[in-house]
Amino acid sequence: MSKTSRTSITMPASAKKGAIIEIRAIAQHDMESGFRYTESGKAIARDIIRMFTCTYNDIEVFKMDFYPGMGANPLVIFTTVATETGTLEFKWSGDDGYEAINQAHITVS
Amino acid sequence: MDLDFSFQPHRRRWLGRFQKLSLLAIGAWFSPLTAFAKKEDATKAIQDISGGKPVQEGKVSLVIPPLVENGNLVVLKVSVESPMTATNYVKAIHVIAEGNPLPNIFTAYLTPRSGTASITTRVRLADSQTVWAIAQMNDGSFWSGHAETLVTLSACTELV
Amino acid sequence: MKRFLIPFLISAAGFVMAADNPPKQKLQSSYELMTPENKAMQDDPSLNPAMFWVVDGQAAWNEKTGTQNQSCAGCHGDVKKSMRGVASQFPKIIHSKLQTLEGQINQCRTKAQGANPLAYESKPLLSLTALVAYQSKGMPIAVKETAANKADLQKGRQSFYERMGQLNLSCAQCHEDRAALKLGGSPIPQGHPNAYPIYRLEWQTLGSLQRRLRNCMSGVRAQQYEYGSPEMAQLELFLTWRARGLPLESPGVRP
Repeated sequence: MSKTSRTSITMPASAKKGAIIEIRAIAQHDMESGFRYTESGKAIARDIIRMFTCTYNDIEVFKMDFYPGMGANPLVIFTTVATETGTLEFKWSGDDGYEAINQAHITVS
Repeated sequence: MDLDFSFQPHRRRWLGRFQKLSLLAIGAWFSPLTAFAKKEDATKAIQDISGGKPVQEGKVSLVIPPLVENGNLVVLKVSVESPMTATNYVKAIHVIAEGNPLPNIFTAYLTPRSGTASITTRVRLADSQTVWAIAQMNDGSFWSGHAETLVTLSACTELV
Repeated sequence: MKRFLIPFLISAAGFVMAADNPPKQKLQSSYELMTPENKAMQDDPSLNPAMFWVVDGQAAWNEKTGTQNQSCAGCHGDVKKSMRGVASQFPKIIHSKLQTLEGQINQCRTKAQGANPLAYESKPLLSLTALVAYQSKGMPIAVKETAANKADLQKGRQSFYERMGQLNLSCAQCHEDRAALKLGGSPIPQGHPNAYPIYRLEWQTLGSLQRRLRNCMSGVRAQQYEYGSPEMAQLELFLTWRARGLPLESPGVRP
Protein backbone atom coordinates (compact mmCIF):
# COMPACT_ATOMS: atom_id res chain seq x y z
CA MET A 1 0.00 0.00 0.00
CA SER A 2 1.27 3.52 -0.80
CA LYS A 3 2.47 5.89 1.87
CA THR A 4 -0.42 8.28 1.49
CA SER A 5 -3.80 8.31 -0.13
CA ARG A 6 -6.93 10.35 -0.71
CA THR A 7 -9.16 11.22 2.20
CA SER A 8 -12.49 12.99 2.33
CA ILE A 9 -14.12 15.08 5.06
CA THR A 10 -17.81 15.93 5.19
CA MET A 11 -18.86 18.47 7.81
CA PRO A 12 -20.73 21.75 7.95
CA ALA A 13 -18.82 24.91 6.97
CA SER A 14 -20.54 26.98 9.62
CA ALA A 15 -22.37 26.44 12.92
CA LYS A 16 -23.75 28.26 15.92
CA LYS A 17 -21.51 28.38 18.97
CA GLY A 18 -22.14 25.36 21.17
CA ALA A 19 -23.88 23.35 18.44
CA ILE A 20 -22.92 19.71 18.04
CA ILE A 21 -21.70 19.03 14.51
CA GLU A 22 -21.34 15.68 12.74
CA ILE A 23 -18.07 14.92 10.98
CA ARG A 24 -17.62 12.14 8.41
CA ALA A 25 -14.03 11.17 7.69
CA ILE A 26 -13.11 8.51 5.13
CA ALA A 27 -9.70 7.40 3.87
CA GLN A 28 -8.89 5.38 0.77
CA HIS A 29 -6.93 2.42 2.14
CA ASP A 30 -7.10 -1.36 1.58
CA MET A 31 -6.73 -2.07 5.35
CA GLU A 32 -5.07 -5.40 4.64
CA SER A 33 -6.00 -7.44 7.72
CA GLY A 34 -3.09 -9.85 7.59
CA PHE A 35 -5.44 -12.84 7.63
CA ARG A 36 -5.71 -13.30 3.88
CA TYR A 37 -3.72 -15.68 1.71
CA THR A 38 -2.76 -15.71 -1.97
CA GLU A 39 -3.88 -18.54 -4.22
CA SER A 40 -0.51 -20.22 -3.69
CA GLY A 41 -1.01 -20.18 0.09
CA LYS A 42 1.29 -17.29 0.94
CA ALA A 43 0.11 -14.96 3.73
CA ILE A 44 -0.53 -11.34 2.72
CA ALA A 45 1.20 -9.04 5.21
CA ARG A 46 -0.88 -6.82 7.49
CA ASP A 47 -0.94 -3.19 6.33
CA ILE A 48 -3.49 -0.99 8.04
CA ILE A 49 -4.12 2.50 9.32
CA ARG A 50 -3.40 2.40 13.06
CA MET A 51 -4.57 5.80 14.29
CA PHE A 52 -6.88 8.66 13.40
CA THR A 53 -6.89 12.00 15.18
CA CYS A 54 -8.87 15.19 14.91
CA THR A 55 -7.56 18.48 16.28
CA TYR A 56 -9.60 21.66 16.53
CA ASN A 57 -7.38 24.74 16.43
CA ASP A 58 -4.51 22.47 17.47
CA ILE A 59 -6.33 20.90 20.42
CA GLU A 60 -6.99 17.17 20.09
CA VAL A 61 -10.73 16.57 20.37
CA PHE A 62 -10.97 13.02 19.06
CA LYS A 63 -8.72 10.02 18.61
CA MET A 64 -9.34 6.50 17.39
CA ASP A 65 -7.14 3.39 17.40
CA PHE A 66 -7.78 1.11 14.43
CA TYR A 67 -7.16 -2.65 14.60
CA PRO A 68 -7.22 -5.23 11.76
CA GLY A 69 -10.96 -5.64 12.30
CA MET A 70 -11.65 -2.27 10.68
CA GLY A 71 -13.02 -2.42 7.14
CA ALA A 72 -11.32 -1.23 3.94
CA ASN A 73 -11.62 2.45 3.04
CA PRO A 74 -12.35 3.19 6.69
CA LEU A 75 -15.13 5.58 7.54
CA VAL A 76 -15.59 7.26 10.92
CA ILE A 77 -18.63 9.37 11.80
CA PHE A 78 -18.26 11.26 15.06
CA THR A 79 -19.36 14.53 16.65
CA THR A 80 -17.71 17.54 18.16
CA VAL A 81 -18.91 20.80 19.68
CA ALA A 82 -18.52 23.92 17.52
CA THR A 83 -16.64 26.08 20.02
CA GLU A 84 -14.98 28.72 17.84
CA THR A 85 -14.11 29.61 14.27
CA GLY A 86 -11.03 27.84 13.06
CA THR A 87 -9.46 24.84 11.41
CA LEU A 88 -10.02 21.17 12.09
CA GLU A 89 -7.12 19.00 11.10
CA PHE A 90 -7.53 15.27 10.49
CA LYS A 91 -4.61 12.90 10.49
CA TRP A 92 -4.39 9.21 9.64
CA SER A 93 -1.21 7.22 10.29
CA GLY A 94 -0.39 3.56 9.90
CA ASP A 95 1.85 0.72 8.81
CA ASP A 96 4.70 1.18 6.35
CA GLY A 97 4.95 4.90 7.12
CA TYR A 98 1.44 5.69 5.93
CA GLU A 99 0.28 9.22 6.67
CA ALA A 100 -2.57 11.33 5.33
CA ILE A 101 -3.72 14.78 6.43
CA ASN A 102 -6.86 16.71 5.60
CA GLN A 103 -8.32 19.97 6.87
CA ALA A 104 -11.65 21.72 7.07
CA HIS A 105 -12.52 25.23 8.09
CA ILE A 106 -15.49 26.15 10.21
CA THR A 107 -17.06 29.53 10.93
CA VAL A 108 -18.72 29.64 14.32
CA SER A 109 -21.08 32.49 15.11
CA MET B 1 -40.74 -70.40 28.15
CA ASP B 2 -39.22 -68.82 31.17
CA LEU B 3 -36.77 -65.96 30.55
CA ASP B 4 -33.61 -66.23 32.49
CA PHE B 5 -33.93 -63.11 34.67
CA SER B 6 -30.43 -63.47 35.99
CA PHE B 7 -29.15 -62.05 32.69
CA GLN B 8 -31.37 -58.94 32.71
CA PRO B 9 -29.58 -56.87 35.39
CA HIS B 10 -26.26 -57.72 33.73
CA ARG B 11 -27.49 -56.37 30.40
CA ARG B 12 -29.04 -53.36 32.03
CA ARG B 13 -25.75 -52.51 33.70
CA TRP B 14 -23.90 -52.58 30.41
CA LEU B 15 -26.63 -50.59 28.69
CA GLY B 16 -26.35 -48.06 31.51
CA ARG B 17 -22.58 -47.85 31.13
CA PHE B 18 -22.89 -47.43 27.38
CA GLN B 19 -25.46 -44.68 27.86
CA LYS B 20 -23.20 -42.81 30.28
CA LEU B 21 -20.26 -43.20 27.90
CA SER B 22 -22.23 -41.82 24.94
CA LEU B 23 -23.47 -38.90 27.02
CA LEU B 24 -19.88 -38.17 27.90
CA ALA B 25 -18.88 -38.36 24.25
CA ILE B 26 -21.66 -35.98 23.24
CA GLY B 27 -20.73 -33.72 26.13
CA ALA B 28 -17.15 -33.56 24.90
CA TRP B 29 -18.38 -32.57 21.44
CA PHE B 30 -20.16 -29.57 22.94
CA SER B 31 -17.28 -28.69 25.25
CA PRO B 32 -16.96 -24.94 25.74
CA LEU B 33 -13.25 -25.35 25.22
CA THR B 34 -13.65 -26.06 21.51
CA ALA B 35 -16.74 -23.99 20.69
CA PHE B 36 -15.80 -20.80 22.49
CA ALA B 37 -12.02 -20.63 22.14
CA LYS B 38 -12.40 -17.16 20.57
CA LYS B 39 -14.86 -16.08 23.25
CA GLU B 40 -12.07 -16.54 25.79
CA ASP B 41 -9.88 -14.13 23.83
CA ALA B 42 -12.74 -11.64 23.80
CA THR B 43 -13.34 -12.07 27.52
CA LYS B 44 -9.65 -11.52 28.20
CA ALA B 45 -9.60 -8.43 26.00
CA ILE B 46 -12.53 -7.00 27.96
CA GLN B 47 -10.77 -7.78 31.24
CA ASP B 48 -7.62 -6.03 30.02
CA ILE B 49 -9.74 -2.97 29.26
CA SER B 50 -11.51 -2.88 32.62
CA GLY B 51 -8.43 -3.87 34.58
CA GLY B 52 -10.50 -6.46 36.35
CA LYS B 53 -13.07 -3.88 37.51
CA PRO B 54 -16.75 -4.79 37.18
CA VAL B 55 -18.41 -4.03 33.84
CA GLN B 56 -22.13 -3.28 34.13
CA GLU B 57 -24.54 -3.88 31.28
CA GLY B 58 -26.34 -0.72 30.32
CA LYS B 59 -26.02 2.79 28.87
CA VAL B 60 -24.34 1.41 25.74
CA SER B 61 -26.28 0.79 22.55
CA LEU B 62 -24.55 -1.19 19.80
CA VAL B 63 -26.32 -1.49 16.46
CA ILE B 64 -25.23 -3.84 13.67
CA PRO B 65 -27.47 -5.37 10.98
CA PRO B 66 -28.92 -8.68 12.23
CA LEU B 67 -28.09 -10.34 8.89
CA VAL B 68 -24.92 -9.48 7.00
CA GLU B 69 -24.48 -10.53 3.36
CA ASN B 70 -20.76 -9.85 3.30
CA GLY B 71 -18.62 -9.50 6.42
CA ASN B 72 -16.01 -7.33 4.70
CA LEU B 73 -17.75 -4.06 5.42
CA VAL B 74 -20.42 -4.01 8.13
CA VAL B 75 -21.89 -0.72 9.35
CA LEU B 76 -21.60 -0.49 13.14
CA LYS B 77 -23.02 2.26 15.34
CA VAL B 78 -22.28 2.59 19.04
CA SER B 79 -23.92 5.22 21.28
CA VAL B 80 -23.42 5.75 25.00
CA GLU B 81 -25.90 7.66 27.17
CA SER B 82 -23.95 10.52 28.70
CA PRO B 83 -24.36 14.28 29.18
CA MET B 84 -20.74 14.68 27.94
CA THR B 85 -19.99 17.50 30.36
CA ALA B 86 -16.61 18.24 31.92
CA THR B 87 -17.59 16.28 35.04
CA ASN B 88 -19.54 13.46 33.40
CA TYR B 89 -18.36 12.12 30.09
CA VAL B 90 -17.31 8.99 28.20
CA LYS B 91 -13.53 8.70 28.03
CA ALA B 92 -13.28 5.77 25.66
CA ILE B 93 -15.36 3.26 23.74
CA HIS B 94 -13.85 -0.14 22.93
CA VAL B 95 -15.44 -2.55 20.45
CA ILE B 96 -14.65 -6.26 20.80
CA ALA B 97 -15.70 -9.04 18.42
CA GLU B 98 -16.10 -12.52 19.90
CA GLY B 99 -15.84 -14.32 16.58
CA ASN B 100 -12.95 -12.49 14.88
CA PRO B 101 -9.35 -13.78 14.76
CA LEU B 102 -8.41 -10.70 16.84
CA PRO B 103 -11.03 -9.48 19.31
CA ASN B 104 -10.25 -5.73 19.31
CA ILE B 105 -11.76 -3.78 16.42
CA PHE B 106 -11.32 -0.16 17.48
CA THR B 107 -11.02 2.15 20.46
CA ALA B 108 -12.41 5.69 20.28
CA TYR B 109 -11.17 8.31 22.74
CA LEU B 110 -13.63 11.11 23.51
CA THR B 111 -13.55 14.36 25.46
CA PRO B 112 -16.18 16.72 26.91
CA ARG B 113 -15.82 18.56 23.57
CA SER B 114 -17.23 15.57 21.72
CA GLY B 115 -20.83 16.60 22.26
CA THR B 116 -22.15 13.06 21.97
CA ALA B 117 -20.63 9.62 22.59
CA SER B 118 -21.81 8.28 19.28
CA ILE B 119 -19.55 6.64 16.69
CA THR B 120 -20.47 5.08 13.35
CA THR B 121 -17.92 3.10 11.41
CA ARG B 122 -17.53 0.05 9.17
CA VAL B 123 -15.93 -3.12 10.47
CA ARG B 124 -14.93 -6.62 9.40
CA LEU B 125 -16.84 -9.57 10.85
CA ALA B 126 -15.36 -12.99 10.27
CA ASP B 127 -18.34 -15.04 11.37
CA SER B 128 -21.78 -14.96 12.90
CA GLN B 129 -21.12 -13.72 16.43
CA THR B 130 -21.73 -11.38 19.35
CA VAL B 131 -20.00 -8.01 19.27
CA TRP B 132 -19.37 -6.03 22.49
CA ALA B 133 -18.96 -2.33 23.15
CA ILE B 134 -17.33 -1.30 26.43
CA ALA B 135 -17.62 2.31 27.57
CA GLN B 136 -15.11 3.74 30.00
CA MET B 137 -16.45 6.72 31.94
CA ASN B 138 -14.40 9.55 33.41
CA ASP B 139 -15.34 8.39 36.91
CA GLY B 140 -13.60 5.08 36.27
CA SER B 141 -16.74 3.00 35.80
CA PHE B 142 -17.27 0.59 32.90
CA TRP B 143 -20.50 -0.11 31.03
CA SER B 144 -21.22 -2.53 28.21
CA GLY B 145 -23.69 -3.30 25.46
CA HIS B 146 -23.74 -5.99 22.81
CA ALA B 147 -25.39 -7.09 19.58
CA GLU B 148 -25.60 -10.39 17.74
CA THR B 149 -25.45 -10.92 14.01
CA LEU B 150 -25.49 -13.63 11.35
CA VAL B 151 -22.73 -13.33 8.76
CA THR B 152 -23.12 -15.27 5.53
CA LEU B 153 -19.73 -14.54 3.98
CA SER B 154 -16.54 -14.20 6.04
CA ALA B 155 -14.28 -11.14 6.02
CA CYS B 156 -10.89 -12.10 7.35
CA THR B 157 -9.82 -15.48 6.08
CA GLU B 158 -11.02 -15.67 2.47
CA LEU B 159 -8.67 -16.65 -0.34
CA VAL B 160 -7.65 -13.75 -2.59
CA MET C 1 -67.56 -30.83 -19.35
CA LYS C 2 -67.81 -27.94 -21.82
CA ARG C 3 -67.45 -25.53 -18.87
CA PHE C 4 -63.93 -26.77 -18.32
CA LEU C 5 -62.95 -27.22 -21.95
CA ILE C 6 -62.64 -23.59 -23.00
CA PRO C 7 -60.69 -22.38 -19.92
CA PHE C 8 -58.51 -25.46 -20.32
CA LEU C 9 -57.82 -24.69 -23.96
CA ILE C 10 -57.08 -21.06 -23.17
CA SER C 11 -54.68 -21.90 -20.37
CA ALA C 12 -53.05 -24.59 -22.52
CA ALA C 13 -52.59 -22.06 -25.29
CA GLY C 14 -51.18 -19.64 -22.75
CA PHE C 15 -48.77 -22.27 -21.56
CA VAL C 16 -47.57 -22.95 -25.09
CA MET C 17 -47.19 -19.23 -25.76
CA ALA C 18 -45.23 -18.76 -22.55
CA ALA C 19 -42.82 -21.50 -23.48
CA ASP C 20 -42.06 -19.88 -26.85
CA ASN C 21 -41.92 -16.25 -25.62
CA PRO C 22 -40.83 -16.12 -21.98
CA PRO C 23 -42.82 -13.29 -20.35
CA LYS C 24 -40.66 -10.21 -19.90
CA GLN C 25 -40.09 -9.98 -16.15
CA LYS C 26 -40.44 -6.56 -14.66
CA LEU C 27 -36.88 -5.19 -14.71
CA GLN C 28 -35.43 -5.06 -11.21
CA SER C 29 -32.06 -3.69 -10.25
CA SER C 30 -30.14 -5.80 -7.71
CA TYR C 31 -30.10 -2.60 -5.63
CA GLU C 32 -33.54 -3.70 -4.41
CA LEU C 33 -32.05 -6.90 -2.95
CA MET C 34 -29.50 -5.10 -0.77
CA THR C 35 -29.72 -4.35 2.95
CA PRO C 36 -30.68 -0.78 3.94
CA GLU C 37 -27.09 -0.15 5.11
CA ASN C 38 -25.60 -1.11 1.74
CA LYS C 39 -28.23 0.91 -0.10
CA ALA C 40 -27.27 3.95 2.00
CA MET C 41 -23.61 3.28 1.24
CA GLN C 42 -24.35 3.52 -2.48
CA ASP C 43 -26.68 6.51 -2.29
CA ASP C 44 -24.60 8.82 -0.12
CA PRO C 45 -21.41 10.13 -1.79
CA SER C 46 -19.85 10.77 1.63
CA LEU C 47 -20.25 7.04 2.44
CA ASN C 48 -19.61 5.47 -0.99
CA PRO C 49 -15.97 4.26 -1.26
CA ALA C 50 -16.30 4.31 -5.07
CA MET C 51 -16.25 8.12 -5.02
CA PHE C 52 -12.48 8.00 -4.42
CA TRP C 53 -12.08 6.48 -7.87
CA VAL C 54 -14.30 9.19 -9.36
CA VAL C 55 -12.03 11.84 -7.82
CA ASP C 56 -8.97 9.98 -9.15
CA GLY C 57 -10.66 9.92 -12.54
CA GLN C 58 -11.19 13.67 -12.47
CA ALA C 59 -7.46 14.16 -11.84
CA ALA C 60 -6.60 11.77 -14.70
CA TRP C 61 -9.09 13.61 -16.97
CA ASN C 62 -7.05 16.77 -16.64
CA GLU C 63 -3.64 15.14 -16.92
CA LYS C 64 -1.68 15.62 -20.15
CA THR C 65 -0.09 12.38 -21.29
CA GLY C 66 1.26 10.39 -24.23
CA THR C 67 3.29 11.42 -27.26
CA GLN C 68 0.59 13.97 -28.12
CA ASN C 69 0.84 15.47 -24.62
CA GLN C 70 -2.93 15.65 -24.59
CA SER C 71 -5.41 15.34 -21.73
CA CYS C 72 -9.02 14.15 -21.99
CA ALA C 73 -10.01 17.72 -21.13
CA GLY C 74 -7.99 18.96 -24.11
CA CYS C 75 -10.54 17.47 -26.52
CA HIS C 76 -13.60 16.93 -24.35
CA GLY C 77 -13.52 19.96 -22.09
CA ASP C 78 -15.62 19.80 -18.92
CA VAL C 79 -16.44 16.16 -18.20
CA LYS C 80 -19.79 17.09 -16.66
CA LYS C 81 -20.94 18.59 -19.95
CA SER C 82 -19.27 16.43 -22.59
CA MET C 83 -19.78 13.05 -20.92
CA ARG C 84 -23.34 13.56 -19.72
CA GLY C 85 -25.45 10.65 -20.99
CA VAL C 86 -22.51 8.99 -22.73
CA ALA C 87 -22.06 5.90 -20.52
CA SER C 88 -25.76 5.02 -20.86
CA GLN C 89 -25.22 4.42 -24.59
CA PHE C 90 -22.35 1.95 -24.28
CA PRO C 91 -21.50 -0.61 -25.63
CA LYS C 92 -21.92 0.92 -29.09
CA ILE C 93 -20.63 0.64 -32.61
CA ILE C 94 -17.98 3.26 -33.31
CA HIS C 95 -16.23 3.23 -36.69
CA SER C 96 -17.74 -0.21 -37.39
CA LYS C 97 -16.34 -1.71 -34.18
CA LEU C 98 -18.31 -2.69 -31.09
CA GLN C 99 -16.75 -0.73 -28.22
CA THR C 100 -17.31 -0.98 -24.49
CA LEU C 101 -16.68 2.12 -22.38
CA GLU C 102 -13.26 0.79 -21.31
CA GLY C 103 -12.46 -0.08 -24.93
CA GLN C 104 -13.33 3.44 -26.08
CA ILE C 105 -11.25 5.05 -23.32
CA ASN C 106 -8.26 3.00 -24.48
CA GLN C 107 -9.04 3.88 -28.09
CA CYS C 108 -8.82 7.58 -27.15
CA ARG C 109 -5.60 6.98 -25.25
CA THR C 110 -3.82 5.22 -28.10
CA LYS C 111 -5.16 7.27 -31.01
CA ALA C 112 -5.71 10.77 -29.65
CA GLN C 113 -3.17 10.89 -26.82
CA GLY C 114 -0.49 8.58 -28.22
CA ALA C 115 -0.36 6.80 -24.87
CA ASN C 116 -0.34 3.11 -23.90
CA PRO C 117 -3.71 1.46 -23.39
CA LEU C 118 -4.62 1.05 -19.72
CA ALA C 119 -4.81 -2.49 -18.35
CA TYR C 120 -8.25 -3.83 -17.39
CA GLU C 121 -8.96 -3.57 -13.66
CA SER C 122 -6.04 -1.15 -13.25
CA LYS C 123 -6.70 1.85 -11.01
CA PRO C 124 -6.28 4.40 -13.86
CA LEU C 125 -8.77 2.65 -16.17
CA LEU C 126 -11.27 2.04 -13.36
CA SER C 127 -10.99 5.69 -12.28
CA LEU C 128 -11.71 7.03 -15.77
CA THR C 129 -14.56 4.54 -16.27
CA ALA C 130 -16.03 5.51 -12.90
CA LEU C 131 -15.75 9.23 -13.74
CA VAL C 132 -17.48 8.88 -17.12
CA ALA C 133 -20.15 6.47 -15.86
CA TYR C 134 -20.89 8.82 -12.95
CA GLN C 135 -21.90 11.53 -15.43
CA SER C 136 -24.85 9.32 -16.49
CA LYS C 137 -25.98 8.49 -12.95
CA GLY C 138 -29.76 8.35 -12.76
CA MET C 139 -30.20 8.32 -16.54
CA PRO C 140 -31.92 5.33 -18.18
CA ILE C 141 -29.82 2.83 -20.12
CA ALA C 142 -30.28 3.86 -23.74
CA VAL C 143 -28.87 0.93 -25.71
CA LYS C 144 -31.20 -0.07 -28.57
CA GLU C 145 -31.03 -2.72 -31.25
CA THR C 146 -29.83 -1.17 -34.50
CA ALA C 147 -28.92 -2.49 -37.94
CA ALA C 148 -25.27 -1.89 -37.05
CA ASN C 149 -25.20 -3.79 -33.74
CA LYS C 150 -27.72 -6.51 -34.65
CA ALA C 151 -25.16 -9.23 -35.38
CA ASP C 152 -23.15 -8.52 -32.20
CA LEU C 153 -26.34 -8.39 -30.16
CA GLN C 154 -27.36 -11.81 -31.47
CA LYS C 155 -23.95 -13.26 -30.53
CA GLY C 156 -24.32 -11.82 -27.05
CA ARG C 157 -27.82 -13.23 -26.78
CA GLN C 158 -26.50 -16.67 -27.74
CA SER C 159 -23.82 -16.46 -25.01
CA PHE C 160 -26.49 -15.62 -22.46
CA TYR C 161 -28.77 -18.54 -23.32
CA GLU C 162 -26.07 -21.13 -24.05
CA ARG C 163 -25.09 -23.68 -21.39
CA MET C 164 -21.42 -23.45 -20.45
CA GLY C 165 -18.80 -24.88 -18.13
CA GLN C 166 -18.46 -28.05 -16.13
CA LEU C 167 -21.64 -27.15 -14.29
CA ASN C 168 -23.32 -26.85 -17.70
CA LEU C 169 -25.38 -23.82 -16.78
CA SER C 170 -26.47 -20.88 -18.90
CA CYS C 171 -26.77 -17.31 -17.57
CA ALA C 172 -30.52 -17.50 -18.27
CA GLN C 173 -31.05 -20.55 -16.10
CA CYS C 174 -30.16 -18.57 -12.97
CA HIS C 175 -30.78 -14.95 -13.88
CA GLU C 176 -33.98 -15.34 -15.84
CA ASP C 177 -35.65 -18.65 -14.93
CA ARG C 178 -34.65 -18.51 -11.26
CA ALA C 179 -34.27 -14.82 -10.56
CA ALA C 180 -35.52 -13.93 -7.04
CA LEU C 181 -35.19 -17.55 -5.85
CA LYS C 182 -32.43 -18.20 -3.31
CA LEU C 183 -28.99 -19.65 -3.95
CA GLY C 184 -26.96 -20.31 -0.82
CA GLY C 185 -29.12 -17.99 1.28
CA SER C 186 -28.93 -15.00 -1.08
CA PRO C 187 -31.59 -14.07 -3.63
CA ILE C 188 -30.52 -14.49 -7.28
CA PRO C 189 -30.50 -11.10 -9.01
CA GLN C 190 -31.69 -10.60 -12.59
CA GLY C 191 -28.09 -9.74 -13.44
CA HIS C 192 -28.34 -6.24 -14.90
CA PRO C 193 -25.18 -4.19 -15.55
CA ASN C 194 -26.77 -0.91 -14.47
CA ALA C 195 -24.46 -0.02 -11.57
CA TYR C 196 -21.01 -0.63 -13.02
CA PRO C 197 -18.25 -0.04 -12.19
CA ILE C 198 -19.13 -1.26 -8.69
CA TYR C 199 -17.45 -1.17 -5.32
CA ARG C 200 -17.99 -4.82 -4.50
CA LEU C 201 -17.69 -5.62 -0.79
CA GLU C 202 -16.36 -9.06 -1.70
CA TRP C 203 -13.54 -7.53 -3.76
CA GLN C 204 -13.07 -4.67 -1.28
CA THR C 205 -12.36 -2.49 -4.27
CA LEU C 206 -13.89 -1.06 -7.44
CA GLY C 207 -14.26 -3.47 -10.35
CA SER C 208 -15.69 -3.61 -13.86
CA LEU C 209 -18.56 -5.55 -15.38
CA GLN C 210 -16.06 -7.77 -17.19
CA ARG C 211 -14.47 -8.74 -13.89
CA ARG C 212 -17.88 -9.72 -12.57
CA LEU C 213 -18.71 -11.71 -15.70
CA ARG C 214 -15.42 -13.59 -15.41
CA ASN C 215 -16.33 -14.40 -11.78
CA CYS C 216 -19.69 -15.77 -13.01
CA MET C 217 -17.96 -17.91 -15.62
CA SER C 218 -15.44 -19.34 -13.20
CA GLY C 219 -18.42 -19.97 -10.93
CA VAL C 220 -19.83 -22.45 -13.45
CA ARG C 221 -16.32 -23.73 -14.20
CA ALA C 222 -16.31 -22.35 -17.72
CA GLN C 223 -13.45 -20.97 -19.75
CA GLN C 224 -13.58 -17.23 -18.97
CA TYR C 225 -13.82 -14.72 -21.80
CA GLU C 226 -10.68 -12.58 -21.97
CA TYR C 227 -10.77 -8.96 -20.86
CA GLY C 228 -11.45 -6.70 -23.83
CA SER C 229 -12.39 -9.59 -26.13
CA PRO C 230 -15.16 -9.36 -28.77
CA GLU C 231 -17.15 -12.08 -26.92
CA MET C 232 -17.08 -9.93 -23.77
CA ALA C 233 -18.22 -6.85 -25.66
CA GLN C 234 -21.05 -8.81 -27.29
CA LEU C 235 -22.23 -10.21 -23.95
CA GLU C 236 -22.01 -6.73 -22.41
CA LEU C 237 -24.05 -5.39 -25.32
CA PHE C 238 -26.78 -8.00 -24.83
CA LEU C 239 -26.88 -7.50 -21.05
CA THR C 240 -27.10 -3.74 -21.41
CA TRP C 241 -29.79 -3.99 -24.10
CA ARG C 242 -31.69 -6.41 -21.84
CA ALA C 243 -31.55 -3.82 -19.06
CA ARG C 244 -32.60 -0.89 -21.27
CA GLY C 245 -34.68 1.62 -19.39
CA LEU C 246 -33.18 0.86 -15.99
CA PRO C 247 -31.50 3.93 -14.51
CA LEU C 248 -27.73 3.84 -14.25
CA GLU C 249 -26.54 3.75 -10.62
CA SER C 250 -22.83 4.08 -11.32
CA PRO C 251 -20.67 3.88 -9.40
CA GLY C 252 -22.63 1.36 -7.35
CA VAL C 253 -22.04 -0.70 -4.21
CA ARG C 254 -22.77 -4.40 -4.15
CA PRO C 255 -22.11 -7.14 -1.54
